[in-house]
Amino acid sequence: MGLAKRIIPCLDVDNGRVVKGVQFVDIRDAGDPVEVARRYDEQGADEITFLDITASSDNRETTVHTVEAIASEVFIPLTVGGGIRTVEDIRTMLNAGADKVSINTAAVFNPEFVREAAERFGSQCIVVAIDAKKVSKPDGDDRWEIFTHGGRKPTGLDAVEWAQKMEELGAGEILLTSMDQDGVKNGYDLGVTRAISEAVIIPVIASGGAGNLDHLVDGIVEGKADAVLAASIFHFGQHSIPEAKQYMADRGVEMRL
Amino acid sequence: MHTVAVIDYGMGNLHSAAKALEHVAPDGMKVLVTSDADVIRKADRVVLPGVGAIRDCMAEIRRLGVDDLVREVVKTKPLLGICVGMQVLLDHSEENGGVDCIGLLPGNVRYFGRELYENDQHLKVPHMGWSQVTQSDHPLWNGIKDESRFYFVHSYYAQCEERELVAGTCQYGVQLDAALTKDNLFAVQFHPEKSAKAGLQLLSNFLRWNP
Repeated sequence: MGLAKRIIPCLDVDNGRVVKGVQFVDIRDAGDPVEVARRYDEQGADEITFLDITASSDNRETTVHTVEAIASEVFIPLTVGGGIRTVEDIRTMLNAGADKVSINTAAVFNPEFVREAAERFGSQCIVVAIDAKKVSKPDGDDRWEIFTHGGRKPTGLDAVEWAQKMEELGAGEILLTSMDQDGVKNGYDLGVTRAISEAVIIPVIASGGAGNLDHLVDGIVEGKADAVLAASIFHFGQHSIPEAKQYMADRGVEMRL
Repeated sequence: MHTVAVIDYGMGNLHSAAKALEHVAPDGMKVLVTSDADVIRKADRVVLPGVGAIRDCMAEIRRLGVDDLVREVVKTKPLLGICVGMQVLLDHSEENGGVDCIGLLPGNVRYFGRELYENDQHLKVPHMGWSQVTQSDHPLWNGIKDESRFYFVHSYYAQCEERELVAGTCQYGVQLDAALTKDNLFAVQFHPEKSAKAGLQLLSNFLRWNP
């Protein structure tokens, strides 16, 4: 028996409430983040990711308090993302009880920030979030590009090369969201997941598009991801964590049951 | 009043360890996150956490005299090392071009390397996630099933030269020492404070351990 693949429920939090947008627009309320985190911990989630999707500076304090409240009760790893732009932001979240922070846009605009963060706090707590969209190429080969601002702004950066660069700069893990699939529940983009997972030595979390339990299995088996992140299939009671874990284990994926 | 001191030498996140200890502490026991040598000397138990690069950890440990303090307190009270707080207890680490450590446990800390395989599978580094730990008989495992999974995150691993000091092992491309013990000292590579029920049980056992 080796390392278990991880299931990571994701809490998208807006103004202190868990919400889940469909392609970052439609918002449904899924409850109090502390309650939701506690429920997932009790169910046997392997980690929890907290994404602050408001991320405007006036809500910062609410986020810090929520992270503190979760960290006081939940004894599994907690990643916090959304609006992490400075070393001070990282320190604030780690002091509030986060175990890792997820850096997204700030890495795109200033890759050296990833190096600085990793040197200061250690690679183990630096997750780089990559939002990738498939773009067609004249010769027909698959290519994925990094997008920012909820998938609206292309950057011209190749997603696979970018992931390798982030690893070199000291990222400890990649959180890969395939943007065109996010919230529409057609499954992860297995092509980009596999391409990146095979191109880097650090763990890769597949995110964006999990709509059923087969998608989770596919993310690991076909996409070669080390962990799968999902939100709405768990938030709205479609599936529980133990059910998902058993389903994956029955299909040969090593899980912590 | 009974106290457990979590040694704060300025390296990263002590909140998790302190919160988890508070969660399982018996009534009347206080958890103190501190760098004050007197508070640490007076504590009933001591926890040495650690994250990040070992060179920076050891530099701060030496600057604050934590190395001598650890050598002193471990003679009389239970001490728990966690993650890099375990690694610094060995003689030497390969990380950062080679760093001399505290040397309470004989052995070295080695890099997994980029060519790490198990059953023909290329393994990711860092070793991040839940792995099984094979236990040796020790009171800190009370109430925890052998082969239970704990949460690991590390790129370097301990190899103790005296195998009778190994209290737990883990397989990840190599066989690594997941737990080491010697007299009053118990040290773990994984994060008990992040390992759900099994981890909380181990911390609870530590707070009630009388070696």
